[in-house]
Amino acid sequence: MNPFDWLVQLLGIALALIAAPVFLGWVNKCRAWLQNRSAPSVWLPYRGIRKLFHKEAVIAENASRLFRLAPYVVFGAMVTAAAIIPSIATRLPITQAADAIALVGLLATARVFLSLAAMDVGTAFGTLGARREMMIGFLAEPALLVVIFVVSLACATTALPMIAERLSAQALSLTPSLAFTAVAFTMVLLAENARIPVDNPATHLELTMIHEALLLEYSARHLALMEWAAALKLFNYACIGFAVFIPWGISTGNSATSLAESVALLGVKLLVAGFGLAFIETVSAKLRVFRAPEFLATAFLFAVLGLLVRLLLGS
Amino acid sequence: MTYGFSPLTICLALLAAWCIVALAGLVRPRSIAFVAWTLFPLGALCGTGLTVVAAMSLGQSPEQLVLPIGLPDLPVHLRLDGLSSVFLFLLGAASTGISIFAAGYFRRGEGAAPGLLCLQYHLFLASMGFVFLADDAYAFMLAWETMALSSYFLVTTQHGIAEIRDAGFLYLLMAHLGAIAILLSFGVLQGGSWHFTFDAMRAAHLDSGWAIVAFCLALIGFGTKAGLVPLHVWLPEAHPAAPSPVSALMSGVMLKTALYGIIRVSFDLLGQPAWWLGLVPIGLGLFSALYGVVFAAAQTDMKRLLAYSSIENVGILFTGLGLAIVFAGSGMRSAAALTLIAVLYHAINHAFMKSLLFMGTGAVLHATGERNLGRLGGLIHRMPWVAWLMLIGVLALAGLPPLNGFVSEWLLLQSFLFAYGVPHPFINMLLPLGAALLALAAALAAYVMVKFFGVIFLGQPREPSLRQAHDAGFAERAGLGVLALACVLFGLFPSTIIAYLSVVTRQLGLGGLAAGNAPWWLLVPIPERQSSYAPLVFFTVILAVVVLAIANVRIFYHQRVRKGPAWDCGFGELNSRMQDTAEGFGQPIRHLFQPLFDIVRELPSPFDSAPRYRLVIGDRMWRHLYQPVGPMVRRVADKVAWLQQGRIATYLLYSFVTLVVLLALML
Repeated sequence: MNPFDWLVQLLGIALALIAAPVFLGWVNKCRAWLQNRSAPSVWLPYRGIRKLFHKEAVIAENASRLFRLAPYVVFGAMVTAAAIIPSIATRLPITQAADAIALVGLLATARVFLSLAAMDVGTAFGTLGARREMMIGFLAEPALLVVIFVVSLACATTALPMIAERLSAQALSLTPSLAFTAVAFTMVLLAENARIPVDNPATHLELTMIHEALLLEYSARHLALMEWAAALKLFNYACIGFAVFIPWGISTGNSATSLAESVALLGVKLLVAGFGLAFIETVSAKLRVFRAPEFLATAFLFAVLGLLVRLLLGS
Repeated sequence: MTYGFSPLTICLALLAAWCIVALAGLVRPRSIAFVAWTLFPLGALCGTGLTVVAAMSLGQSPEQLVLPIGLPDLPVHLRLDGLSSVFLFLLGAASTGISIFAAGYFRRGEGAAPGLLCLQYHLFLASMGFVFLADDAYAFMLAWETMALSSYFLVTTQHGIAEIRDAGFLYLLMAHLGAIAILLSFGVLQGGSWHFTFDAMRAAHLDSGWAIVAFCLALIGFGTKAGLVPLHVWLPEAHPAAPSPVSALMSGVMLKTALYGIIRVSFDLLGQPAWWLGLVPIGLGLFSALYGVVFAAAQTDMKRLLAYSSIENVGILFTGLGLAIVFAGSGMRSAAALTLIAVLYHAINHAFMKSLLFMGTGAVLHATGERNLGRLGGLIHRMPWVAWLMLIGVLALAGLPPLNGFVSEWLLLQSFLFAYGVPHPFINMLLPLGAALLALAAALAAYVMVKFFGVIFLGQPREPSLRQAHDAGFAERAGLGVLALACVLFGLFPSTIIAYLSVVTRQLGLGGLAAGNAPWWLLVPIPERQSSYAPLVFFTVILAVVVLAIANVRIFYHQRVRKGPAWDCGFGELNSRMQDTAEGFGQPIRHLFQPLFDIVRELPSPFDSAPRYRLVIGDRMWRHLYQPVGPMVRRVADKVAWLQQGRIATYLLYSFVTLVVLLALML
């Protein structure tokens, strides 16, 4: 481990922390454009977080310590995930700490803490949100794991940096198994990040929301951390997608020029992915909560199809 | 031996000490002070000793001993090898925590006299120890039956309640059906030599047909004890009926005796079963895992919920075992070793986490007198110690990193990824799908655990009486603490533990894991794959980020906090009935997996003055597989009753015919 690697690692974490809210802002901006609305600034999520940090926290009378601890744990889990996912470089010190399966476990830890915190105050919406969040979670997690299995069969490893390295060494081509899993992964990304076909990030209509229902009782700095963690989660999922499906351009050595290239390419990928996400959200309608399992079952099916194609055709 | 006594003799002495403690309970059976504060801590001390001895003996070569007790010419054979050591370690470590807890738990002396409980409890412990040490079929069956009987009496401690008597009877019946299958399996395994020592069975090379029979009988026998679906019906009845420390022991340790038995038979006594035999436990295991976790999600009784979760974990263990058999039979020895290590690791983990949670429900039960999730809630305020210690168990059982439950699941998923290399067409495509089902079961387990913890400890108390609940006493906290600590340690130091467990796979002839050159904090089970997991780094990074975030918020911003009523979207007038009940939280699962359940539901009409909602969830297996057995037995009995004419002449005729037939056979 040389100091340069640690520097790049810290740079990656800082980049994730900074870029995540902007990425969210970019998605919102694209969505507004596509929907013929006047678009908010991409910096808006920042201003929201900053404002929230300055406010006085109001906490429900019967909230326990778990309620106050959870935002920090969720935020910590998301930052750790950002440190593990190879976003700009593959040879980093902390990436070894967890492979893709452990990463899924880490995201599940964040989800469980979020749900437990939502149940803590004992409101009707909190428990409703927790129940729905866990339902989406248990449906999305196997689909995500099968996606990872497919890729790890192709690369003979479950370590994300190695996957990114081995895939980026190949020529730019779309294998059938990866095409199926890419569809599955996109569906999981939408569901896990409370995006439109499954949940609506813009709604506060009580009976349809999932993610917002979990955060209802939070305010001020706790809410800021939760919002930031949610933005980081979207960023992390995008970076997992890049590492697995379009790893080209990621820095595999330790030279400063390749790193700069890698950062620039990441920016381009994020811009395109953000627009794509906004496009999907614009052309689809929100499903009823009980259609969400069908949506995720489809994702699972696509992932399994990818697995079978991989095993049958070997490509 | 450098220290005079061999590990086997020390283990024997400790098991004998348990027997003595058991008998000492009869000296002053009614004295709670004597039984709870002297005998149970002594039992815990023996457990600790057993843990240490088992861990130390793990690296040594197998050791045998013949005790000239029992019937003439049938001495008791004992053997301590790696596999026995691992399970003795599990027994010792889990029983340490449970005995400390029990010292505080039995203070009120429920049902039977505490001395009697002490007798049964310690006999139960000692008999499980003997199961792991036995090296001939007689000793094994003796220990096995002692275990079944002592636990039967523990289950029926509160025999005044009819349901508990029924549960106990069902348990005893299933235990004996299982024991018959095991006995028959041993009968096949001796292979015509008529020597029932395990050595003779290892030497007897069965032809493939008889090996299949022996394996299937063992699977039925041990599967019954383990609660493999469809042989599981006794488990969700018996485990909740017992006092909580006993439930902990049964779910945590006793189920593992069955796992021990099946590993002993398939990898040691049989040598190596045909690879395709492994598909049976994989199929049954995956089905059990999903069935158990789906039913756990629908339960409203906290101990039944945990019992169904045990069925899930047994399913995971048997899936792993089947996979190891497939790998071993296909010549993939290192993959088989990895899988078997994952299974052993998960067995130990499950012993810790499930015992922790069962004991926690005991503490809740004592504090509130309530087992129904629908009448609990908000206990984190009244019972913070129990709540936070149980949170560790809950997170571990939900399979979340960096705790122990995740490590074994991770290892098992890693080994499933080898399955596409199995040299059998189609099977190598179906097996990776098994990994997908396993992932589904694991994700559902997280759902179940959020429900379990959230409904009991979080939210508002659903009954006014809960506001008087008190936290557990010192002994109970200590017992919970020991097991919670074990969960954390086994999560953070997987490489060390796997190095110990490799001894077992090496002794079973599968070879250990390749060493690689990974540092001690990094777990890289297969060096060429470079899949790594370092829980310690992982945990440190999360902790660092959490501490930094808290510090930053404190330094750069204010920390003003105001307490106010919950917002709840401004609806106001919040009461505890607005929270999800246990039924409500399980509703998505009931909806999704409807065909599995037998649901009886009474819905209130909109005009009811006192609306009442009732939901009973039954097990389809019970109605379709078990209930028809009773009428069938009766019908057969009716037919057979025709023989009994009630006239002496007829009976004399029977005797005469029998004699003639026997004579004809002899000549």
